[in-house]
Amino acid sequence: MSETGREESVVQPTQGTQGQLRKAVVVGGNRIPFARTGGAYTKSSNQDMLTAALDGLIARFGLQDERIGEVAAGAVLKHSRDFNLTREAVLGSPLAAETPAYDVQQACATGLETVLGLANKIKLGQIDSAIAGGVDSASDAPIAVSEGLREVLLDLNRAKTLPQRLKVLSKLRPKDLAPDAPNTGEPRTGLSMGEHQALTTAQWKVTREAQDELAYNSHRNLAAAYDAGFFDDLLTPYRGLTRDSNLRPDTSIEKLATLKPVFGKNLGSEATMTAGNSTPLTDGASTVLLASEEWADAHDLPKLATVIDGEAAAVDFVHGKDGLLMAPVFAVPRLLARNGLTLDDFDFFEIHEAFAGTVLSTLAAWENEEFGRTRLGLEGALGVVDRSKLNVNGSSLAAGHPFAATGGRIVASLAKMLHARGQVDGRPSRGLISICAAGGQGVVAILESH
Amino acid sequence: MTDTYTQFVSSGPGRKVARKIGLPQPVILRRHKPGQPLVPGPILIEGSTEGADALASTLLSWDLDVRRHAVPKERLGAVILVLDELTHPDGLEKPVLTAATSLRDLAPNARVITLSRHPGSAPDAATAAARQGVDGLLRSLAMELRSGATGNGILLADGVSTTSPSTLAALRFLLSGKSAFVDGQFITVGSPAGKLPDDVEKPLAGKVAVVTGAARGIGAAIARTLHRDGATVLAVDVPAAGDHLAEVANEVHGTALQLDITREDAGQKIIDHAVSRYGHLDIVIHNAGITRDKLLANMDHNRWASVLAVNIAAQLRINEALLASEHFRSSPRIVSVASTSGIAGNRGQTNYAASKAGVTGMVRATAPLLEPHGGTINAVAPGFIETEMTRRVPLVRREVGRRLNSLRQGGQPVDVAEAIAFLASDAAGGISGQVLRVCGQNMVGA
Repeated sequence: MSETGREESVVQPTQGTQGQLRKAVVVGGNRIPFARTGGAYTKSSNQDMLTAALDGLIARFGLQDERIGEVAAGAVLKHSRDFNLTREAVLGSPLAAETPAYDVQQACATGLETVLGLANKIKLGQIDSAIAGGVDSASDAPIAVSEGLREVLLDLNRAKTLPQRLKVLSKLRPKDLAPDAPNTGEPRTGLSMGEHQALTTAQWKVTREAQDELAYNSHRNLAAAYDAGFFDDLLTPYRGLTRDSNLRPDTSIEKLATLKPVFGKNLGSEATMTAGNSTPLTDGASTVLLASEEWADAHDLPKLATVIDGEAAAVDFVHGKDGLLMAPVFAVPRLLARNGLTLDDFDFFEIHEAFAGTVLSTLAAWENEEFGRTRLGLEGALGVVDRSKLNVNGSSLAAGHPFAATGGRIVASLAKMLHARGQVDGRPSRGLISICAAGGQGVVAILESH
Repeated sequence: MTDTYTQFVSSGPGRKVARKIGLPQPVILRRHKPGQPLVPGPILIEGSTEGADALASTLLSWDLDVRRHAVPKERLGAVILVLDELTHPDGLEKPVLTAATSLRDLAPNARVITLSRHPGSAPDAATAAARQGVDGLLRSLAMELRSGATGNGILLADGVSTTSPSTLAALRFLLSGKSAFVDGQFITVGSPAGKLPDDVEKPLAGKVAVVTGAARGIGAAIARTLHRDGATVLAVDVPAAGDHLAEVANEVHGTALQLDITREDAGQKIIDHAVSRYGHLDIVIHNAGITRDKLLANMDHNRWASVLAVNIAAQLRINEALLASEHFRSSPRIVSVASTSGIAGNRGQTNYAASKAGVTGMVRATAPLLEPHGGTINAVAPGFIETEMTRRVPLVRREVGRRLNSLRQGGQPVDVAEAIAFLASDAAGGISGQVLRVCGQNMVGA
């Protein structure tokens, strides 16, 4: 029909990556409402929250006593005692005790990576069903002893005689007694994530107004989704919360405009990033049920969407070549090329809102001809994301962002949207997920309606 | 849990003190436990009609200890008074006074059950008088029974035998601990329809049942009871109660559907969920209900409208969808939770009572619509039931509510659930359009 040859490019996206592989489908998901840190889930551990999210998923799909092929989940802020977090959550759930589980940790991309890894196992025929998930608590964050105290304690353990022990103890200094709390700073730059993003935001000349507008839309869209009952089969209340506690249905562009900048105040240019257009620290958990088509059919369960493909990327933010959270900018073109798709072939875009500036910098980079040529190796700009297809049911700015739980939130919501949309122009509706992560990483994925 | 007072007067010194000073002495009621005997002793069948003989042979075939004549001083588990051929009030005296001699020999938690004909179809005044006489007799007798014993009746339509499936199912229910809090009530068997279960412990095997308001209280008890009886349970409640709902669904190995039943498309959503997951839908229990009490003089729109919307309008709309669905045509069952408030009235509950009386009206009018499919619809009207809701009632009112019935105590959620499970069974196919009270023979109002 078209003369650009796009039809040829809209090939079966399975080609090249899948060959004889079977499909991995999203059956559904469940999460608990996300709570601002220090709020409703202050006393809940990662294991508590992940188990609660699993319980709701099991109840929704009748998975009691079911042996699931494999469960993978993870947390970014993790206690050392939680070395087997996911398996422990499974054992505390109504799933069959014979369900194996493993932990994944890839910063904020953890949740999406569990989905992709498990979907691949299903495609390969290694497992028939899987639960992907993620959880994080900044309220119940691990606090470690200082390096000095840790060394002394370990030496003390090895010391055999009283004089040896006293000698070890004499090395202890008062400053060693201060606890070591986790922070969101990058180990190699010392900069917080927000300060890193402020550099990128300034580089791409993203305005305060544009960021506030994105934040406003996130709240408005999420509130509308709740009102329409969109989350009725995606979420199970927990500890008295029935909605994400960060959601401000009554916020306005004017209110957001009154907030003082918190990041990028020493850059020389105007600081634009506020608490309103940045995600707060959040507690929460999410889960996604994945399966082969045969397993879903045998269990009379829905098949909402197909997990088509995924791609990870990383950038050299340490030397300032790219912004810390810009890896998806590079992952998406590679993923699109492999699947013969362009940005115009998508009906939904789920770009994780770590900061409004992250989303807008990403879009700006894709729209930039020079960047496309010089950095992405394309003939020009990658393309334009239709804003009316972007985060249509809200995203992290409104819902909050419990690091590892965000991927599961997005995958389950997108799968539901795709299923509701069904076919578009004779092809399955299609969604793109983009999640940036600490360490200069990013994971992106394509889902199609089933 | 049995209330503290009942526990206190049920044993040891508390029992002695209560007896001396004449305090009411509720007992801990016999409730169904799988595998337990149906009744706590032999069953005396009083009456000499063909119906009585047929019933006796059937009960013998159930391996029950049946007596046709009282053995002096023998503790009886139940007395069944078969009065199915009454033609004149004079016919009451002989069987009734004979049975009376056995009343002192009833074991604790025993049963007295009358089997008689429905007065509505009596051919003449004398027959009608005799049949109606059983009503007054039974209700008064139930008040005289002690130690957890109850008295209930089964009314047979003309043409329904004493051994029809629903007669036997009603009899089994009333004899068992499942009817612990049903007292002074009649169950009308209107037709010979119904099918006895292959396994009496799993009368709902293979059935798919929806329970609304299943997250807690009576709804959760219904979900558990239907599951125990073999049904697959689809537990429904509002999204805000989703965490408790998930717990219940996981406990009964069912599925949770978070749904506001007042939504326009709630009926279709329920049908779609059941059919897509289980292929069919057999039983719908309308349990979800709310109270917003206020004297009528102080009533406002929100209190009135929300109660009517949840308690009756939603049921009407869901039933419309069910009746229109081809997936609800195989001996379907609907059981609604009504309330004694809707029968006798309750101060401060004009909205609630209107909605619950509405349920009774709906049940009667819907019964004929389900009949062509072998379906039934009934309601269960709970009296004072020990739930989170009634625990919030002020102490004095709560105590009054609890004690003003023949059993001198509140019922348990499971008592309501047992009545519902009975009405939802295939065996109860001959019972439709009825309201069964689970109230311990509440003395307030009707």
